[in-house]
Amino acid sequence: MEAIEKEVRCFIIEHFLFGSGGNGLKSADSLLEKGVIDSTGVLELVSFLETTFHFKVEDHEIIPDHLDSIGNIVVFVDRKKKSA
Amino acid sequence: MQVEEFLERSARRLGGKTALVCGERRFTYQEVNDCANVLAHSMISEGIMRGDRVAVYMDNTPEAVISIYAILKAGAVFLMINPTTKSDKLAYILNNSRARGILTDFDKFKAAQECWKQTPHLSLIFVGRANSSDLSSPNGAKVLSLDHVLQSRSSTLTAPRKRCIDIDLAALIYTSGSTGRPKGVMMAHLNIVTAATSITTRLENHEGDIIFSVLPLSFNYGLYQSLMAFLFGGTLVLERSFNYTYASLDKMVKEKATGLPIVPTMMAILLQMNLEPFDFSNLRYITNTAAALPTDHIQLIRKTMPGVAIYSMYGLTECKRACCLPPDQIDIRPTSVGLALPNEELYLVNEADERLGPGEVGELVVRGANVMKGYWELPEETEKVLRPGPLPGEKVLYTGDLFKTDEEGYLYFVGRKDDIIKSQGEKVSPVEVENVLYKLREVEEAGVVGISDRILGDLVCAVVMLREGATLTENDLLLHCNRHLEIYMIPKKVIIRKEHLPRTETGKLNKRTLKIQIEEGQL
Repeated sequence: MEAIEKEVRCFIIEHFLFGSGGNGLKSADSLLEKGVIDSTGVLELVSFLETTFHFKVEDHEIIPDHLDSIGNIVVFVDRKKKSA
Repeated sequence: MQVEEFLERSARRLGGKTALVCGERRFTYQEVNDCANVLAHSMISEGIMRGDRVAVYMDNTPEAVISIYAILKAGAVFLMINPTTKSDKLAYILNNSRARGILTDFDKFKAAQECWKQTPHLSLIFVGRANSSDLSSPNGAKVLSLDHVLQSRSSTLTAPRKRCIDIDLAALIYTSGSTGRPKGVMMAHLNIVTAATSITTRLENHEGDIIFSVLPLSFNYGLYQSLMAFLFGGTLVLERSFNYTYASLDKMVKEKATGLPIVPTMMAILLQMNLEPFDFSNLRYITNTAAALPTDHIQLIRKTMPGVAIYSMYGLTECKRACCLPPDQIDIRPTSVGLALPNEELYLVNEADERLGPGEVGELVVRGANVMKGYWELPEETEKVLRPGPLPGEKVLYTGDLFKTDEEGYLYFVGRKDDIIKSQGEKVSPVEVENVLYKLREVEEAGVVGISDRILGDLVCAVVMLREGATLTENDLLLHCNRHLEIYMIPKKVIIRKEHLPRTETGKLNKRTLKIQIEEGQL
């Protein structure tokens, strides 16, 4: 799980925060409420998860419970990898 | 009629009806009205006067909608600020409008500490979702817990006595201008009531309609959903965003929504999904504005949702909405934005101000009570766009947008006279982004243009030449933009080049050449 969190956090900080401000981003923080991500950003995040972790994210899986915080993403990726 | 009466009249007629749904929270008309009354009384007792400006700096929440109506009930003027606005621009808007009050939530209140130190006119801050122990005043302004005020609501509390008439200002709506600084569009109650009535008449809205809105309330198109739904006594289902398309559609179907306002970016995202699992049988209409829908997207959505009426519209903040294509014309003239809305008159003129006939390209002029009062404290800018109309003393709006009509009078958008970019339906001023880049000493030249994009409409692209010896990277520039600009204004692409940017003979930045160079991959 730690390795997943590291990769996801790294992508979000590099891609949406342009390499800075990540220290203040807690695992439970909502990416939407913090203004980190918008609707096209979610599509980019999904594409990153599919390429990096080698699974397909179905339309019905693109929901806040899976993707709206680093913590949620890590749990989602871990579950997808185990069921793959 | 005044705008807050949209809520008050519906609350009297339909008090027990659901007015507003947001997440798991549901409010009846009576509840929204009671909350707005108690908040309005609180503002008045804290010294908010008729005509004072009060800002709403919040995400899409029930409190944001309640705040709009409370500000109006207090006789004040509301202004909506995009919740991703950073401290320096927030301070600019608050100081430009000399706002006396602001309503926000705790995270934003804390994040904008720098702003509060620079806004001497601000005397009252309502903070939502806060522990009262955290509400220390940053600048001498009085800070109140919004939740605490709303919890004290009571149905016996009546609305404050009316202090305004319908030619008083109701809203200042800040919009990106070609000069780089956002301008406050002054909308009187009469302007908003006229625009909302025209649109709801054309859409044939009725009490049974349920509008599903994912658009930010800080975006004029999103704001009007919260006004129009209350005007006709319908229900507004307000979503925080369109980030999670599947979850949003699922909610839309469960709430049996009948109306869906979109921008083309949303349609492009929707059409990437498998829409088969969704039952759209309750959906009566989709509206589109801000930019044209691609014809192939119209055809696809018509095939997927054959029973849904599609209204292609065009408008600008300065008059809210100008025209709309009747849905029965969408297959016949899919690229048209239709005819004038009820109670509005539109015509095209050439440079000599002569009216034009079919096929001729000219500037669109809007005549009607929906046209703004002008730009806040910018008389020269106002004079450029509000010019004498047919009647003595009357002003009509010169939109700066070029159109043509067909033989039957249907309007077709041709282009803009300025170089404003439309990204995800929202206006982005290239000069505003360039000014942010020029704050970096290492930037010698910067040019920002919109590049055509299937999803975004226009993709914001910045081209920069650095001073000799500067070592900034593209990422450094993006990081800087992220600190100063709203999320939709941040360039999606930054190019650093060694040569000077192309110029016209008069030395102005040649954006047309720059755009061609980017599109042809020459950079």
